[in-house]
Amino acid sequence: MAEIVDTAPVIDIEGLSLAYERGGTRNVILSNLDLAVPRGEFLVIVGESGVGKSTLLRVLIGLAEPSGGSVRLSTRPGCRTPMGLVFQDSRLLGWRKVVDNVAFGLEGSGLSKAERRAKAAEMLAFVGLADLGGRWPHQLSGGQRQRVSLARALAVDPDVLLMDEPFSALDTFTREGLQDELQRVQAETGKTVIFVTHDIDEAVTLADRVIVLAGKPGRIAAELKIDAPRPRRRRDPALTEAARYLRSELSRRSAEL
Amino acid sequence: MRLIGSTLLAAAGLAAFLGFWEALPRLGLINPAFLPPPSTIPAAFLKELSLGVWPEAVASSLSHYVVGLSAGAGMGIGLGLLSGMFRPFEAATAWIVRLLRPIPGLAWVPFAIIWFGVQPSAAVFIIAIGVFWIVFFATQGAVRGVDRDLVEVAQAFGFRSPWARLTKILLPAATPGILVGVRTALGQAWMAVVAAEIFGVPGVGARMMQASSLLSTDIVVVYMLTMAALYGLFDSAFVALQGWLLRWRA
Repeated sequence: MAEIVDTAPVIDIEGLSLAYERGGTRNVILSNLDLAVPRGEFLVIVGESGVGKSTLLRVLIGLAEPSGGSVRLSTRPGCRTPMGLVFQDSRLLGWRKVVDNVAFGLEGSGLSKAERRAKAAEMLAFVGLADLGGRWPHQLSGGQRQRVSLARALAVDPDVLLMDEPFSALDTFTREGLQDELQRVQAETGKTVIFVTHDIDEAVTLADRVIVLAGKPGRIAAELKIDAPRPRRRRDPALTEAARYLRSELSRRSAEL
Repeated sequence: MRLIGSTLLAAAGLAAFLGFWEALPRLGLINPAFLPPPSTIPAAFLKELSLGVWPEAVASSLSHYVVGLSAGAGMGIGLGLLSGMFRPFEAATAWIVRLLRPIPGLAWVPFAIIWFGVQPSAAVFIIAIGVFWIVFFATQGAVRGVDRDLVEVAQAFGFRSPWARLTKILLPAATPGILVGVRTALGQAWMAVVAAEIFGVPGVGARMMQASSLLSTDIVVVYMLTMAALYGLFDSAFVALQGWLLRWRA
């Protein structure tokens, strides 16, 4: 595992700021943020709503323009889509069958339609939905929709998987099932994952490293490495302790504001 | 039971209507030359059919209808997409739209005759103008109403060109709204067919005018019912097509 730490980080963010003007007032979302993400790391970002967690992901995937600083990506050469994004609300395209939703990002990659479908079917099987490729999105449950969304992001074989509170709208039972599934996916693919959540228990269950964003503008207020063995057990005392620490840091930071 | 009941009621209502219509001229309350009883219509229809006038008029009107509707709806969808996608295009055309939009389609008849003569192309032109605005506004509104979050999905997967945005997200997402506009246009276009043909372009409308000038009101009614039937046919076919195109919806 040591060689992973030695290699160049897949994402290297330096002095990142993001601000926008609205109605004459300047809103600073992120200010002077430094963050390096080693290849293969499962990084979880926690923080209260409005602290800039989602904005950070939007900058990484190019949906938002930073106002300052730099983002350096050391992605594999020839990787067409270095980032795969899973949205909070799945955002499947309702007019495409499930399999064609998964194949969406492969369009324009030079693969034939049959090859794209085959790849998509493979990804669907990988997330446990082999039989649902022919359904329409509206026929799926919330948990199934997020699995499809995950398969869609994985299908383009990205270097980094970005996940924006992907399980927050699901019931506890489904959520925990998907957390386990995601750990398996990450273990098998070795993908770097950046996962945003406001759920501390979810953060400690999934993360190799948790960073706490706090304040306005958002800054890194605390950082914690979690090296509990995988697959994680939710009752692991090390996780409970990590969660306790993160809770106290979060409440201390919000008390300071 | 409810369904059967309402079907029976609808049939009874229609029968009563036809009976009332039949009675008016038969009882001498209205001159049969002004209002032919419905029982005379089948004979008039068969006569038009055997003379070969009916098929010719219907074929001619249908060709105006299909070409005019396609041209008008095609232009409406095309310009509606541009206007819905690009703010500068919308801004540049805003006052042109305000100027031309209120002009009724039939007000273009003089120019249609001057430009095209009493020719099928004149009828096509009138029909196309009649449906253009309906489809244009439906399309523009539908594109404007597409969830921005879906556009972001395309961007997140690297599809950033306007063409990719159009074909991958905007067009499929706006299709339900566009189809509503096209369906309204389907009815509007029949009105325009009659209006366009009344000034002489051969077709159903022209044949009606001929018949009415000879007081052959039974023939006028034949063509009125013909249009009702054709509209019903097209509308049902379109609803079926719409259902198939939108089969992905809940």
